[in-house]
Amino acid sequence: MSQKEAPYFITLVALIILGTGCVATIPKEALKMDGATMEFRKVQARRYDTGDETKVIVACAGLLQDLGFNIDESETKLGLVVGSKARTAVEAGQVAAKVVFALLGANMAIETDQRIKASIVTRKGGEAGKEYTMVRVTFQRIVRNENNQITRLEPLNDPKQYQEFHSGLSKALFLNANDI
Amino acid sequence: MKLNHLASGLLGLSLLVAGCQTSQQELLKTDKGQVELRRMQTRAFDTTDREKTLRTIIATLQDLGFVVDKADATLGSVTATKLKGYNLIMTVTVRPRGEKQLLVRSSAQFNIQAVSDPQPYQNFFTSLGKAMFLEAHQVD
Repeated sequence: MSQKEAPYFITLVALIILGTGCVATIPKEALKMDGATMEFRKVQARRYDTGDETKVIVACAGLLQDLGFNIDESETKLGLVVGSKARTAVEAGQVAAKVVFALLGANMAIETDQRIKASIVTRKGGEAGKEYTMVRVTFQRIVRNENNQITRLEPLNDPKQYQEFHSGLSKALFLNANDI
Repeated sequence: MKLNHLASGLLGLSLLVAGCQTSQQELLKTDKGQVELRRMQTRAFDTTDREKTLRTIIATLQDLGFVVDKADATLGSVTATKLKGYNLIMTVTVRPRGEKQLLVRSSAQFNIQAVSDPQPYQNFFTSLGKAMFLEAHQVD
């Protein structure tokens, strides 16, 4: 490249940098249901044999507190209660890797904290005498590293955690019913 | 000579940057006209049951992988977030249209941009219509 071409080159680079800043757009499948939709619904929702939706949502709030969540929002008229908690995101594997990197003279930013959100939705169903309340919970989290940069934006989809949540809710319903 | 070229290169860069608006102007900026935006974001449903509609919106958002952040039965609004390597936030509102219909409007934000392409909204209303067992009517 000659000296005459250099300024054009710099301008071109500037143009490319400006242009690429606007590329990422909403994925086509983001607002479409797919094969996994029913599967997630099955994992996240359970049916409780009571038509008393208020009783269930109160138990949900109690369970969120049991699990160390703070309640952020609620709208009982629509069967919604939302909670969140901030916790450590430090994993031993990353710490070990950081030590290895440090020995090689490089720095690696490890994940340090996470904000976990739980959103519970209740819905009454069934006929008189056979009423039930459906409860569907969904979890997601935002993880940041030691430089306060976001490293993960993700749903938490482990079926085991949903199972555990629902067995906790059964227990909470029982405890509330017995004034504990 | 070399410095001169560098200077003119930098000038080119600063001209490009100066051509952009200041970030403060984002406050009231929209990508589409008000009417066009409402058209793509709104559908009418043949029902007057607000509560059921709001509950169906919540269920549909959950089906689409959203975590519901807040809802207000009086205002008729639901806000939810989908995190999947990206941050997609949707607000859906419900208000009456005449005596026999409800208008459902959704607006979305993808990371740090407004969603102003009609297709994602169409996808959302297709899912919502199925869940409502009702047709989503285009509003003109």
